[in-house]
Amino acid sequence: MSAPASNGAYDEWLDALGDGEGYALVCPEGHGSLPPRRVCPECGSATLSEERLAGTGTVETYSVVHVAGPQFADDTPYVTAVADFGPVRITGVLRGVEPGSDAVAVGDRVAVGVEERATDGAPLVAFRPAGGE
Amino acid sequence: MTDVRVAGVGLTRFGSHPDRTGRDLFATAALRAFEDAGVPREDVEELNYGNFMGALAEHQGHQAPLMAEAAGVSCPSTRYEEACASAGVAVREAVRTVRAGDADVALAGGMERMTNLPTDEVTEGLAIAADDLFEVRAGVTFPGAYALMATAYFDAYGGEREDLAHVAAKNHANAVPNEYAQYRKEVSVEEALDAPPVAEPLHLYDACPITDGASALVIVSEEYAAEHDVDAPVAVTGTGQGTDRMSLADRQHLARTPAADDAADAAYADAGVGPGDVDVAEVHDCFTIAEVLALESLGFFDPGEGISAARDGVTTADGDLPVNLSGGLKAKGHPVGATGGSQIAELTRLLRGDHPNSERVADAEVGVAHNAGGTVASAVVHVLEVAK
Repeated sequence: MSAPASNGAYDEWLDALGDGEGYALVCPEGHGSLPPRRVCPECGSATLSEERLAGTGTVETYSVVHVAGPQFADDTPYVTAVADFGPVRITGVLRGVEPGSDAVAVGDRVAVGVEERATDGAPLVAFRPAGGE
Repeated sequence: MTDVRVAGVGLTRFGSHPDRTGRDLFATAALRAFEDAGVPREDVEELNYGNFMGALAEHQGHQAPLMAEAAGVSCPSTRYEEACASAGVAVREAVRTVRAGDADVALAGGMERMTNLPTDEVTEGLAIAADDLFEVRAGVTFPGAYALMATAYFDAYGGEREDLAHVAAKNHANAVPNEYAQYRKEVSVEEALDAPPVAEPLHLYDACPITDGASALVIVSEEYAAEHDVDAPVAVTGTGQGTDRMSLADRQHLARTPAADDAADAAYADAGVGPGDVDVAEVHDCFTIAEVLALESLGFFDPGEGISAARDGVTTADGDLPVNLSGGLKAKGHPVGATGGSQIAELTRLLRGDHPNSERVADAEVGVAHNAGGTVASAVVHVLEVAK
């Protein structure tokens, strides 16, 4: 069996996120984006530098997923969330909470890292509650 | 620039067709469109065909020549893929081609076969309309993405599940007389509220069903219709399209759909009308919250004000602005690659007066169709008018 296909700069970003060294790409205008990028999607600038992300972000929205595809079959129910980390927002699965509609609230602080999907062990961007601030 | 008319429309029944291939579904829709138009198939100069997941569902790429054969046309044929807006962009291309004078007659529409796949594989297939790296791998499903938008909407503007349940009840009621609809049964607000969750805050009746079906339109120039004595009383007077960042997380606002704002602005400007002129609309209600976002992007309501439109009776069949008299994606069904063509077919019937719900909008002269791809990273809007 051949090795899984590489996703280049995305895989590097995921590795860095897992090591607690997540970053965003930021252009001179201050627009943030996630790799792989050759240009800023907002303004087209080709001058992109890596900016370290704070370890915690703020939940902007979330959902409790009960019906998923085969890759998440054994993960349901789970909470997906979009959290703001300043130059970028990140989408991930919120763990460490009971998956229900009151599991989390918009505005809650979360830490970000990389964990494993329950279904098949594939890497998964994961949030954990970071407590009040 | 020539004016564009809808000469004929054809639909299959939307629903489960376990014994029918995609090519058979599209052939049926095309046959009905030609019968409705009274236009000979040999006059067709372009086929613009929409399909999203045929490679997954039927192991079939390169579908356009296959569908040209199925429809019995011999002309340049192209497949358009824009997720759930695939047929919308296909129709838009036909309109632009006829307007440009490159063709007098085009066949446009789309097909999707979905119910032959198990539910989890359809869920996976639909999810790939989102960003694979940053959304699908992070657990985002198609309902899950709209659930994220619903939570963000409630947080930003207020509203509650019961508002969305009224959208579901409205569209199910509209589908009852529609012979092409998948679910011709009423659903009460209470039933919608009590249904099992899919991706909270969205429950079963907030979501469109999984559907097989096809749509086809015969689009002609005004001159062709006049020369050949084709009865085509509905004109496509405006077309517009918009694009947004692919990932929801990259959007400026998590509860707005600016791609549809842009598509609507362009289509209204093209037609020389505004939202206040619209008498009837078919909008992309793949989930109940999506209808709310569509109403706001189309300029019928300010951001944050569309949530109560169904509950207040504004968009119901007897309201000031009936929305989704076909039953919408919600109850009529959503064969994703056919939906954009189906909306225009339904709107044409409503404006011509031969739709079972036409009496609800007996004096309507201007209709709008809103078709969205993914979480509205793509949107297409068309304005249809009764030709003067």
